[in-house]
Amino acid sequence: MSVLSQLLVDGGIALPMLDGSALQLSPEIASRAQFGWTISVHILFAALSIGLAPFIIYFTWKEVRTDDERFTRLRSFWVKVFAAGFVMGTVTGIPMSFQFGTNFPQFSSVAGEMIGGPLAFEAKMAFFLEAVFLGVLLFGRERVSDRTFILSSVLVGFGAWLSGFWILVVNSWMQTPQGYEMITRNGMEVAKLTDPIAAFFNPRMTWMYVHMINAAVISVALLVAGVSAYIVWKKRDSEAWGTALKIAVLILLVSAPLQAIHGDAYGRHVEDTQPQKFAAMEAHYETGTADLHLLAFPTDPSALTDPRAENLFTISLPRVGSFLASGGDFNAEVLGLNEYEENPPVAMVFWSFRFMVGLGFLFIALALWGGYLLYRGRLSDSDRYLKAMIMASPFGYAALLTGWYVTEIGRQPWVIQDQLTTSEAVSTTLTATEATLTLVGFLVIYGALVLVALYILRWLIQDELRELGVQETSGDRWYGPIPGVSDDD
Amino acid sequence: MTELLLPVDSYLVEPLPEIWFGLVMFALTMYIVLDGFDFGIGMLYATRDNDHDRETLLSAFGPVWDANEVWVIAFGTMTLAAFPDVYSRLLADHYLLALGFVLALLFRGLGPELREQRDDERWMRYCDYSFIGGSLFAPLLFGMIAGRWVFDAATLSAPTLLTGIGLVAVSVVTGAAFLAAKTGPALASEMRDYGIIATLAYLGGVVVLLATVVFTDAGGAADTILSIPAAVIVVLSVAAGLGGIVLAGRGEYRAWLASALALPVLLSALVALLLYPTIYPPTGLTVQDAVVSPLALNLTTVLGVPVLLLVLWYFKFLYGVFSGPIEGEGYGA
Ligand code: HDD
Ligand code: HEM
Ligand code: HEM
Repeated sequence: MSVLSQLLVDGGIALPMLDGSALQLSPEIASRAQFGWTISVHILFAALSIGLAPFIIYFTWKEVRTDDERFTRLRSFWVKVFAAGFVMGTVTGIPMSFQFGTNFPQFSSVAGEMIGGPLAFEAKMAFFLEAVFLGVLLFGRERVSDRTFILSSVLVGFGAWLSGFWILVVNSWMQTPQGYEMITRNGMEVAKLTDPIAAFFNPRMTWMYVHMINAAVISVALLVAGVSAYIVWKKRDSEAWGTALKIAVLILLVSAPLQAIHGDAYGRHVEDTQPQKFAAMEAHYETGTADLHLLAFPTDPSALTDPRAENLFTISLPRVGSFLASGGDFNAEVLGLNEYEENPPVAMVFWSFRFMVGLGFLFIALALWGGYLLYRGRLSDSDRYLKAMIMASPFGYAALLTGWYVTEIGRQPWVIQDQLTTSEAVSTTLTATEATLTLVGFLVIYGALVLVALYILRWLIQDELRELGVQETSGDRWYGPIPGVSDDD
Repeated sequence: MTELLLPVDSYLVEPLPEIWFGLVMFALTMYIVLDGFDFGIGMLYATRDNDHDRETLLSAFGPVWDANEVWVIAFGTMTLAAFPDVYSRLLADHYLLALGFVLALLFRGLGPELREQRDDERWMRYCDYSFIGGSLFAPLLFGMIAGRWVFDAATLSAPTLLTGIGLVAVSVVTGAAFLAAKTGPALASEMRDYGIIATLAYLGGVVVLLATVVFTDAGGAADTILSIPAAVIVVLSVAAGLGGIVLAGRGEYRAWLASALALPVLLSALVALLLYPTIYPPTGLTVQDAVVSPLALNLTTVLGVPVLLLVLWYFKFLYGVFSGPIEGEGYGA
């Protein structure tokens, strides 16, 4: 949805136009909205698999090796979540790869040599591995040895991390393309692979991989913490869920600060390689020295759509933007957005970035608070902390999505930076009717899917509580696993 | 650096583009064979009205469908890696069919997964509809895309529709044979009957399809169809089909399964025959025109082909773990 609202902001063809009698969008707008919406849903499940993988491996290993009842309980719960999430990841992922061809055929043709290899490796190396060994992990307990069983969990987890690797090779190449030259094939200018190592390990690749994997770990740790906190809150003496909460807090203590430190350096790298995107992240219009806006609040509603310094109340470090971007010079020039002919929708990028970073600091605070309680041995006793963690459980996903909006929307108008624009990439044979039809279909079906995923999580939690012997009392009943918020699975 | 490892300006072996055409067709074959019987199970599921039988069908499907489905992704991404323009045109030119197909896969995959989440009559019924409908529409639409691709025919033309229906029928054949081989005698004999009907329908459909194509020369394919290799494929298909019916009648279900699986393999061979060398008939693009540059293809070969062999080994392992007959309770989660 945010893609739609972004397009409103963009001033592009904003509202669904009345075209004749039917409600139709231009093929380009509809394709972009459709791609943005479907990938936003897909990434929720993909990140669930990536982030949950270490938990599954650990629980499986503990259960098989120690026969500890706590881990049996935790494993059986989270494997169910993993399995449901995996199926959803699969069914939402296949349309993703098709859309490269259906909606962005020019992109597939131009970049075929560069992205086809990695996508095919992803399928052959990662998807098969995950799918085959998940079958064993779910249905094969009685049919394989303990060792093969544990190994299956490791291979499933490895598959998830590997598929993240190959897809990010593709995406990072789109941000910092190299290792190719343009040639003519069948009358079309296309990229020819000249150096695979340069192309795969392009400057953005490792930044993106570390940041994304860690983001998935944070998001899932928050989800695990939230679910555990809820169950502990209902049943104080549940050893298993107390343990799960503890593990989640320990993981957050490492991953949350790491993400902020890494993200700070990552920002400098973006400035180096995509100055226009960096300027959009900082709403920096005039070339010259840049201040760093630590906090920014809109002083009037227009700042939500055009975040110029005049209509923002900011707490800024003067010239620190220059200092950071140049690595040490307070007077360094930073390119401003006015230098470019066409810019991404600045407001979306600017506010998304702030949202992500703000949440990043919130997670550090939550981790430290939990660490302190853990140290005092009162983690499961603090009502306030349990409630905070329940509320925070979907926020990791919110940060993950907004981070991707910074990356993808900030790259506009390019789909391959400085090489191919998004409008050139869109199908020329697609009609407005077809595009609108499928957009509506995907909005409805993927939206329903997210709701169903939330319901499944809720049912699993209710089952778990029933098994723990908690009576449902209408008085303190939460509606849904995550009260009030739903941007999560 | 790269030159040291891989030839940059020439293919590793001269016919590498043709080999990749073969590999892409191999992935297609794996897909219509393996996910084909999943679709068949899904459609035959509609004939079961008691819970015990339904559970049995679902447990035959459960551990393997996801891995089977990955072959369509392998097919797509291998096409993209070797023949990007074919991938672009194939999907862009069949926009609604292609997205309809992936949505059918979505419903097919979700149905069984969601079904077990709740013990509620109505919920389970909707999940069943999703499973059955997805299993019907996925092969239908996939077959229709193939029909339009191979015969350069309109969406609602006889060649397109017959290819779609053919794929549906052959999926029912393999699904029935698979279930007959995996389940108890009572279910097996019913599956045998459905399988026999579907085999006859399939063979009839193929004959009508080929006759139509010869008659109208759709996509200029008439000559190929009247050639010796095509005749061999057709004869073998008829032999496998009729032989299968005999084996099924005798209750030799494993042998029936083997002969049933030959049908989609032969179908895919026919598709390959029709697509070589003009891999995208609507624009006249040949394998040589469409293939990527040497370095890119060499790389996908060196990194990809060994992995493909490994994948085949995984499949052997997977089907090994879940071999043997299933009882109503499934494999035990
Ligand atoms: C749990 C999620 C999460 C959290 C807490 C953070 N990030 Fe992040 N960020 C992501 C999740 C994410 C992401 C969704 O995963 C992105 C999108 C692309 C990528 O590589 O990671 C991302 C991208 C991303 C980018 C690059 C955008 C681009 O590629 O153009 C920068 C500069 C930062 N982040 C910086 C930060 C900083 C300074 C943080 C301080 C706390 C931070 N991130 C926390
Ligand atoms: C994983 C998280 C991702 C998210 C949340 C995401 C999100 C988005 C969004 C919101 C857009 C729309 C931008 C706009 O219209 O202004 C977009 C564009 C695009 N992204 Fe991504 N993306 C992700 C990953 C990827 C990956 C891995 C690839 C490639 C392999 C990719 C390829 C594209 C393409 C081709 C477009 C252009 C079409 C368009 O503008 O909508 N994206 N993405
Ligand atoms: C446009 C970009 C993307 C495409 C085309 C794509 C494609 C796919 C496909 C086809 C599947 C199904 C695989 C199966 O059947 O097992 C899948 C699943 C998956 N994808 Fe994506 N994907 C994209 C973005 C991403 C991103 C950005 C990530 C993470 C960094 C990711 C991680 C995964 C994972 C881990 C799975 C396994 C299924 C699961 O665990 O949920 N994908 N993807």
